[in-house]
Amino acid sequence: MYVELKDINKHFGDFQAAKNVGFSIEQGALAALLGPSGSGKTTILRMIAGLEHPDSGDIFIDGVRVNNVEPSRRFIGFVFQNYALFRYMTVFDNIAFGLSVKKERPEAIKERVRSLISLIGMEGLDNRYPAQLSGGQRQRVAFARALAPNPRLLLLDEPFAAIDAKVRRELRAWLRDMITKLGLTSIFVTHDQDEAIEVADQIIVTNQGRVEQMGSPMALYKEPASPFVAQFIGNSTIIKNFGRLKGFEGAPPEAEGAIRPEFLRIYTQNDTIQYQTSTEEAVVERLAFRGDSLEVGLRLKDLSLSASYSLEKKPISVGETVRVLIYRLYAFDGDQASLLHNHHLGAHPQGYSYII
Amino acid sequence: MSTGNDRPLRLLLIIISVLFILLMLVTPLVVILVEAFRSGLEAYTKAVTDPYALKALKLTGLATVAAVVLNTAFGLAAAWAITRFSFRGKGLLTTFIDIPFAVSPIIAGLVFILTFGRLSYLHPFLAAHELKVVFATPGIILATVFVTLPFVAREIIPVLEARGTDEEQAAALMGAGFLTIFRRITFPHIRWALLYSVILCAARAMGEFGAVSVVSGHLRGKTNTLPLHVEILYNEYQFTAAFAVSSVLVAAAIFILVARNIVEFTARKESDYVR
Repeated sequence: MYVELKDINKHFGDFQAAKNVGFSIEQGALAALLGPSGSGKTTILRMIAGLEHPDSGDIFIDGVRVNNVEPSRRFIGFVFQNYALFRYMTVFDNIAFGLSVKKERPEAIKERVRSLISLIGMEGLDNRYPAQLSGGQRQRVAFARALAPNPRLLLLDEPFAAIDAKVRRELRAWLRDMITKLGLTSIFVTHDQDEAIEVADQIIVTNQGRVEQMGSPMALYKEPASPFVAQFIGNSTIIKNFGRLKGFEGAPPEAEGAIRPEFLRIYTQNDTIQYQTSTEEAVVERLAFRGDSLEVGLRLKDLSLSASYSLEKKPISVGETVRVLIYRLYAFDGDQASLLHNHHLGAHPQGYSYII
Repeated sequence: MSTGNDRPLRLLLIIISVLFILLMLVTPLVVILVEAFRSGLEAYTKAVTDPYALKALKLTGLATVAAVVLNTAFGLAAAWAITRFSFRGKGLLTTFIDIPFAVSPIIAGLVFILTFGRLSYLHPFLAAHELKVVFATPGIILATVFVTLPFVAREIIPVLEARGTDEEQAAALMGAGFLTIFRRITFPHIRWALLYSVILCAARAMGEFGAVSVVSGHLRGKTNTLPLHVEILYNEYQFTAAFAVSSVLVAAAIFILVARNIVEFTARKESDYVR
């Protein structure tokens, strides 16, 4: 394992920002630290960089314990949330800074900076100051500046937070491609689950200073191990006493779970339904056009559920009564979460594959 | 801004401002110049080049330079410490910096008399080493430094606070040392504020009267600064000479005002391409 954290604890006064945090990341991986604000993800990133020091626990990079290694000797590239570009330096000088403090030859610096500027597609802008750049361009410069000294690990703190939504999508793809191309082990912090799922190979979900779960985006999505992850990833609705729903009878009344839009299937009253007796009646409360599909807000007994509905199917309208089949849900048991299938469907549970 | 008929109000406010400035600032300045040249250019030149006047000018210059240098060094150190580190007593330090603004200069002068004068516990030690502080140049410098102490720190602290520490952290992560960070990252942010505060500090140091008056002892040619010299001349009914020497201070003040405006203008122009 290239980056490894073991039993990290960190307090800021009474606030515990990290509780027995441990995880490891393979060389060349692009990992996301995902969690709500205040979950300790930025603190973890800053501890890896050496900008904060853990109260206890060990941090290893490339097999070497780095707790007592100076931040500048850890050979890490760090992209700050607001980029922290040097405002009084041009694009060129910003990127060259890390090399010039290492006293590299001016020609070598020039060459390296030129190649980075062309890598980020900003030829001709080397004499601009950061204030003269767009948000996306600033992020690219911050990225190039972090890469210039050839770090062995790249850390990015909320790299897309300061960018407007439209450019953010492009930049995600750009950054992903760039990091994959370079094969550089990278960790980025985000509070946005879509971002983590889209960009990362590996996601570490943090909550209240703890690591809740880690794994591939697919694994987290399909097999959330805790109620928190089931709620945080995907668009889930929490359901109390799911034993009253058809197909899940027999669950104790205190049983709690979560349902995602893709766990539901909507039929109109005229549709022929294979599992007619397993369906619930629901009323369409709200319809929102999502481009390729409709997002349907449903009232099912006392529950407000969200489902998606293909535009290819018979049109439905607000106020209409429909039939809903619940394929599966996440059942919570203390800190654990597990997938529960509708037992009426018997030996033919619908595969997950067609959903994703 | 214009909401309906606000012209009378605008006119009124402008008239009040202009009249006040004319009455309170312009008239006295004109009087100084008129009085200074009342007895002709020759008398003016004589008063200004009088050996005692020149010595006073020299002492004022020395005290000003000392105040600027010491307070710049202190101001930078204090501003850096306060904005970049957290330590016990930080709030107290910040409050203490303001004391010279709150305390009357006369009291500041008296404090130095009590600390270094004949009644002080330090006096035997100072006397044994033939160190004269009060009624000597060191006392003048101390008093001037005291009254101008807050200028640089007060000007720099908000700038550093607003800039945050991200850029410095980024530079440190890349292996830059303290001096490189200060020279290449921090200093460009504060240079105009620093220059501005140095100018204000110099202006205040040149004009200081109260504190210096107390520690000076008014030894002509020895411990007289320009403002004190003016007072002596005035008390001796040498009005032309008093106003002539005053005009030197006025000229210095105008020079400083112009310098300040240039600094402000340049800083604003620069902020167009760096924010």
